[in-house]
Amino acid sequence: MIHTTKELELIANEIRQDIIKMLVEAGSGHSAGPLDMADVFTAMFFEVLRYKPKEPDWPERDRFVLSNGHINPVLYATMAHAGYFPTSELKTLRKFGTRLQGHPERTRLPGLETTSGPLGSGISQAAGMALGFKMDALVQQRVWCFTSDGEHQEGNTWEAIMFAGKNRLNNLTVVVDRNNIQIDGLTEDIMPLEPFAMKYQAFNWHVIEIDGHNFEEIIAALNQSRAILEKPTCIIAHTIAGKGVDFMEYDYRWHGIPPGLKDIEGDPPKALQAKAALEKLRTLNGKIRSEHE
Amino acid sequence: MNSYELNPDLYSTKLEYEPNRKGFGEGLVEAGMNDALVVALCADLTESTQMEPFAKAFPERYIEVGVAEQNLVTLASGLSAVGKKPFVASYASFSPGRNWEQIRTTICLNDRNVVIVGCHSGVSVGPDGATHQMLEDIALMRALPNMVVVVPCDSKEARRATVALAKLNKPAYLRVAREKTAIITTDNSAFKIGKANVFKEGSDITIVACGPLVYEALRAAVDLDRLSISAEIINCHTIKPIDSETILASAAKTKRVITLEEAQVAGGLGGAVAELLSSKLPTHVERLGTQDRFGQSGTITELWKEYELDSTAIVKTAKAMMRGVKK
Repeated sequence: MIHTTKELELIANEIRQDIIKMLVEAGSGHSAGPLDMADVFTAMFFEVLRYKPKEPDWPERDRFVLSNGHINPVLYATMAHAGYFPTSELKTLRKFGTRLQGHPERTRLPGLETTSGPLGSGISQAAGMALGFKMDALVQQRVWCFTSDGEHQEGNTWEAIMFAGKNRLNNLTVVVDRNNIQIDGLTEDIMPLEPFAMKYQAFNWHVIEIDGHNFEEIIAALNQSRAILEKPTCIIAHTIAGKGVDFMEYDYRWHGIPPGLKDIEGDPPKALQAKAALEKLRTLNGKIRSEHE
Repeated sequence: MNSYELNPDLYSTKLEYEPNRKGFGEGLVEAGMNDALVVALCADLTESTQMEPFAKAFPERYIEVGVAEQNLVTLASGLSAVGKKPFVASYASFSPGRNWEQIRTTICLNDRNVVIVGCHSGVSVGPDGATHQMLEDIALMRALPNMVVVVPCDSKEARRATVALAKLNKPAYLRVAREKTAIITTDNSAFKIGKANVFKEGSDITIVACGPLVYEALRAAVDLDRLSISAEIINCHTIKPIDSETILASAAKTKRVITLEEAQVAGGLGGAVAELLSSKLPTHVERLGTQDRFGQSGTITELWKEYELDSTAIVKTAKAMMRGVKK
C-alpha cells in the first residue's frame, strides 16, 4: 500500500466533508450514495487505479466508468483530491457554466471516461472498452466500473453481465455499491436483488463480497480481481448508506436529497443539517472532539 | 444540364432491383478494408442486416451481441471510447426503436462515433407487419443533437454512404430497407454527406424524396411531363444536416414542394423540409409518407398504394397542387 490505512481514512473523511459542502452549495443532489462510496473511491484512486491527473488522456491509463452518475459528488471530490482540478472548483457543482454538471458529462471535464446518469448502461460501456483492449491485445489497461445495487433492476445491466461472462472479460472489474437503498425505499422491498452474488456467479463472473468501509478488504479485492484470468470480477461492496453522518446512515430518505433541503423526522432541522453533518464527520460521529469547533 | 449520373437503364425493362441493405453490407466490407479500426456488432440478425460478409471477411472484428439492443449500442459506445469505429445493426424497430435513451446519452451526448444501422425500415418490409415496419426512426434520430441521419435511395448509394460514414467520426444513423428496389444510381454517382442531389431538373414543382421511394418520384416525373407539369426531383439522402441550399433554391424556382418518405411525416423528412421552408421561404408543402398510422402486412406494391407513397399518389398530389388545391 502507498498510504497507511489511517491516511486513507483521513482522505475519505475530507472527501465526505467536501461532498456535504458541495451538496449544500448546489442545493440539490444525492447524499447517501456519495457518502457511502467515499471509502471505495479513496482506495481506488489513491491505491489501485493507474492514471495521470495532469495527463487525463494518457493512452495507457486504466479506464474508470461511473455507471450510477448520480453519485458524482464523490467522483468529483475524489478527482479534485487526486489532482485533476483544484478543490476550489467543487463549489461550482450543478451551477451554470460548470464543468461539474449535475450528472457527469465526459465532453465537459477532462478525466471523465463517459457520460452517465440514466441507469443501467455503465457496465455495457465498460465491457465495450474491455473488449476493445482485448481485440488489440492490450493487457496493461484495466477497466473498472462502479455501479449501484438499484441499477441491477435495469435490463441493460443484465445484458452487459451476460455479455462480459460469455466473452470472459477478465480485464473488467465491476464494483457494486450494495447499500440496500433506492429512492423509493429498500431494494429488497422495491424489487429484491438477492441472492445477488449467486446471480453474478450464474452469469460466469468471479464474485467477491467485502465490507465497503474496510480499506484492507477493498484494496485486497480490487487487486485480487487483476489475478482472475478466466472471468470478469464483481466486487459486492456492502456499504452503509450515508456512511459517516449518523443521522443519514441506513436511511433511504437521504438517497436523493442534499442537506438543508427539508426537515426529516428524527434528524436535525433542515437549517442545521449541514452543520451537524460536517460536525459528525469532523468528530467521527462524536468519537473525537472537533478541532474546528 | 444535370451533372448527376443516373442509371442509364432507369426507364428501361433492363432495370435491375436490389435491396439497399445489400449495399450497406458491401460498403461495410469496403470500410473494413479501408480501416482496421472499423468493427461491427449485431444483435442476432447477421444475415438479414447484411453484416454477414463483414463477419466472414473480418471475424476478429465482428461481435455477436445476442438479442440485446440496449447492450448493442452501449457496447459500441465503449468500443468507440478505446478508439474503434463501430457499426451496429439490427431492425430499426429495435435499434433505434428500443434503445433510444442509450443512443441519446452514451453516443450523442457522449459524442462517440458509432454508426447505427436501422434495417427493415418503412412499410416495404411487407409481410412481417406493423411491429417490424419502422416508421418513426427518422424523427427519433433527427431530434438528437450531434446525430447525422442518412437515408440512401438504392443499394449503390447505401454502399457509398456506408464508406463515407466510416470516415465521418460522428454519431450517425443509416436507414436501409428490406425489399429489392430499383437501382437508381451508378458506381460513379457522386455522394457527399449533407449534399442533396438533383436527379431531374424541373420548373413547376419540387419533389424532395429519400430512400427507395425516390424511384417512385422519378416515375411520377415522367407521368407529369406528359401532363406538361415539369417536376424537379431532389434525392435528399441526408436528412440531417439537411441541404438547405439545394432545397431553398429549388423551392424558390418552383414554389411548390412535395416531400416523400417511407416514414411518419411528423418529424421525418417532411417535417425537416417544412421546418426549413416555413422560416426561410414559406412555400406550399404537401408531405407524403405515413400519416400518423401504423403499417400492416402486405406486398410492397399493395402497401405503397395503400399509404399513398407510389407514383400514382405523387401525380395526384402534384396535379392538385398545380390547380392550387391544398389538402
